[in-house]
Amino acid sequence: MEGLTLSDAEQKYYSDLFSYCDIESTKKVVVNGRVLELFRAAQLPNDVVLQIMELCGATRLGYFGRSQFYIALKLVAVAQSGFPLRVESINTVKDLPLPRFVASKNEQESRHAASYSSDSENQGSYSGVIPPPPGRGQVKKGSVTHDTVQPRTSADAQEPASPVVSPQQSPPTSPHTWRKHSRHPSGGNSERPLAGSGPFWSPFGEAQSGSAGGDAVWSGHSPPPPQENWVSFADTPPTSTLLTMHPASVQDQTTVRTVASATTAIEIRRQSSSYDDPWKITDEQRQYYVNQFKTIQPDLNGFIPGSAAKEFFTKSKLPILELSHIWELSDFDKDGALTLDEFCAAFHLVVARKNGYDLPEKLPESLMPKLIDLEDSADVGDQPGEVGYSGSPAEAPPSKSPSMPSLNQTWPELNQSSEDTAIVHPVPIRMTPSKIHMQEMELKRTGSDHTNPTSPLLVKPSDLSEENKINSSVKFASGNTVDGYSSSDSFTSDPEQIGSNVTRQRSHSGTSPDTAAPPPPPPRPQPSHSRSSSLDMNRTFAVTTGQQQTGVVAHPPAVPPRPQPSQAPGPTVHRPVDADGLMTHTSTSPQQIPEQPNFADFSQFEVFAASNVNEEQDDEAEKHPEVLPVEKASDPASSLRVAKTDSKTEEKTAATAPANVSKGTTPLAPPPKPVRRRLKSEDELRPEVDEHTQKTGVLAAVLASQPSIPRSVGKDKKAIQASIRRNKETNTVLARLNSELQQQLKDVLEERISLEVQLEQLRPFSHL
Amino acid sequence: MAVCVAVIAKENYPLYIRSTPTENELKFHYMVHTSLDVVDEKISAMGKALVDQRELYLGLLYPTEDYKVYGYVTNSKVKFVMVVDSSNTALRDNEIRSMFRKLHNSYTDVMCNPFYNPGDRIQSRAFDNMVTSMMIQVC
Repeated sequence: MEGLTLSDAEQKYYSDLFSYCDIESTKKVVVNGRVLELFRAAQLPNDVVLQIMELCGATRLGYFGRSQFYIALKLVAVAQSGFPLRVESINTVKDLPLPRFVASKNEQESRHAASYSSDSENQGSYSGVIPPPPGRGQVKKGSVTHDTVQPRTSADAQEPASPVVSPQQSPPTSPHTWRKHSRHPSGGNSERPLAGSGPFWSPFGEAQSGSAGGDAVWSGHSPPPPQENWVSFADTPPTSTLLTMHPASVQDQTTVRTVASATTAIEIRRQSSSYDDPWKITDEQRQYYVNQFKTIQPDLNGFIPGSAAKEFFTKSKLPILELSHIWELSDFDKDGALTLDEFCAAFHLVVARKNGYDLPEKLPESLMPKLIDLEDSADVGDQPGEVGYSGSPAEAPPSKSPSMPSLNQTWPELNQSSEDTAIVHPVPIRMTPSKIHMQEMELKRTGSDHTNPTSPLLVKPSDLSEENKINSSVKFASGNTVDGYSSSDSFTSDPEQIGSNVTRQRSHSGTSPDTAAPPPPPPRPQPSHSRSSSLDMNRTFAVTTGQQQTGVVAHPPAVPPRPQPSQAPGPTVHRPVDADGLMTHTSTSPQQIPEQPNFADFSQFEVFAASNVNEEQDDEAEKHPEVLPVEKASDPASSLRVAKTDSKTEEKTAATAPANVSKGTTPLAPPPKPVRRRLKSEDELRPEVDEHTQKTGVLAAVLASQPSIPRSVGKDKKAIQASIRRNKETNTVLARLNSELQQQLKDVLEERISLEVQLEQLRPFSHL
Repeated sequence: MAVCVAVIAKENYPLYIRSTPTENELKFHYMVHTSLDVVDEKISAMGKALVDQRELYLGLLYPTEDYKVYGYVTNSKVKFVMVVDSSNTALRDNEIRSMFRKLHNSYTDVMCNPFYNPGDRIQSRAFDNMVTSMMIQVC
């Protein structure tokens, strides 16, 4: 028997019929009964059928192999065309119409025939797209055809009775219609149940395309979505479905399955075990895909970028919409690039689509890349047992959902990491003064003026260092809560205060250049500390230029209920005196701070005694130092100041030493009270900055010292001169203090504004 | 839950618009169109702030008698507008946000498709399915 050459349409048709007959899904042999049935449907006389069978070699072999079957079919076609049955006729008869078979199924077959013929050109065009498989298929076809002519002819002989049907049934299932998803009812086939189409092809293994095509045809009519049909097809054994289905669905196989048919033929030869997965990729197909992948991307573990893939798949001449859908299905991890697995899946889908099989809504399991977690797009469970071709290395599992990359993209979110300045976190508090702190203080004193942008920072560290010193001093004080602020803060009885201090510092550091990096940020110094630090009496005195900012000094004296009536007449005198007194005090305090806070009181006391004759003042000085042996950081001004701060802190916090305050205030009952009030008011005005309040306390202390001074002024000219000197000094000190305070106020306000702005930005629409 | 979902391009033409009740589609289209003004207003209101600090979720754009319109804008000025039924009181803000998040994710997936040309109408089936899942809960 010479080789049987079949046209593509014929090849498809015959293979469809073969699978129809292959009830047992052996893919090699068709059941004789079925074949005979088919042949009978060909409406050929029995003797013709027998002749066909004999010619194809079935009788000889006793069974209908594929080749036999094909030959038989061909002979059926020959017979139906009226040509004599000859072995030669299988090849010699040109333009032989496809064998027509009667009965419902035959209608479909005849439709297939018609559609096949119309598909030929499509197949041809398609085969141009993917040459190798068709080539292979052709080879196989040739070998196949030899044997199958006879069975075909017999089939034709048996089922000649559907000639009329075939032409009428224009194949809506033509590849064109399928491609366009037109879903026209394929002639009379619309009523035909879809069920059969899938499993019908499953035996082939090529059934992937077949069932898809069948789905395409039927899905338009039948409610179940294609993949569901598919699923059912895949699951149900071919035999059962064959019983129910109508071979008419074979028609859909007529789509240009150049590649599919070729590959399926190959597959049939191979007898791949998986018959129930229409989407399974055969080894040959896989190899082909891999080769194609290599042409784009030599590294098999690499990616094909989207643009390259787009160009490649555009060559298949599928509509962009479908290519887009194929991409959606195959790009599993939604990364815009195709791995080998994804590429093979996409290619396979393209092939299937070219053959007219409808694209599934979800990626079939067999096409899914090997992933640990299957995402929604995966066709999970629908095709059990189908491992799918996993020859290539498994893809990295999208442990995150496929949408995760996009999720990350879409939610850059309000993670304003820039807000660390606002983050308040516990900061180690240096409880003991250290050299660094001393140096900082020195730096602060000697170096930066307010012009230095880092001055606030320097001030702060120094403040903090001073505060630390204060803390240490407080420790020494053995529980003597000199300054309510300091004690409370240092002992973290008020942790949030420390936190706020730290926050302030942090915010400061955030806003201003961070030059205080090296020293650990101790908590913000106590008000008194800051005050003292800001006073920086050494520097003040070093730079003393006799600034007589009486206004500054005058401010403190503005406290109404000044106990000393003499203040009014000689304010200038008083003030200088006060200034002197204060200056002396303050001068002593900073010096004392770094070294021995405890000394402050006494030295001040001495200075006080030396400078002024004011009994009360001395008493105050004495009392305050005694009462408040531990001076907060800078031991501001004097015990007076301490007293004032105490009083202030007492009012503000409950941790002060009532006794001290009381002691301090008893001798100066009138002055401290107004001072306290003033302090309070000042503090209220500047709630944020303890430093400022401390400074006001300093001023208050100055004020407090003032009342006592006027009395002494009038007594002695020398005393007056001394007091003038002192006042001048105090003036300069106060002037400096004022400028420093102003600067700090500015800084704090700026900081506040920036924080508010940030807050606003963080809550753009909270009011909605 | 949504009654109508629309994706508007940067140039304010619709890339995708779909509503559940097939009738009154024109009404929804009009509502989406009018909401674009509100969206632009909200975008410009935050204009002085940096774009990254601008939140993507715009929230309730404006309520009408029967419906509430929510807006969401991406960093590329692509706007999502969602119309929900006012009677659906169970809808919380977080749910709306999650719906917009899903929309955004699906939109980026569509964008990742090399076969999709930005500016074309969105015809992705996956996107359709996602929108259907969002809208189908209404009934």
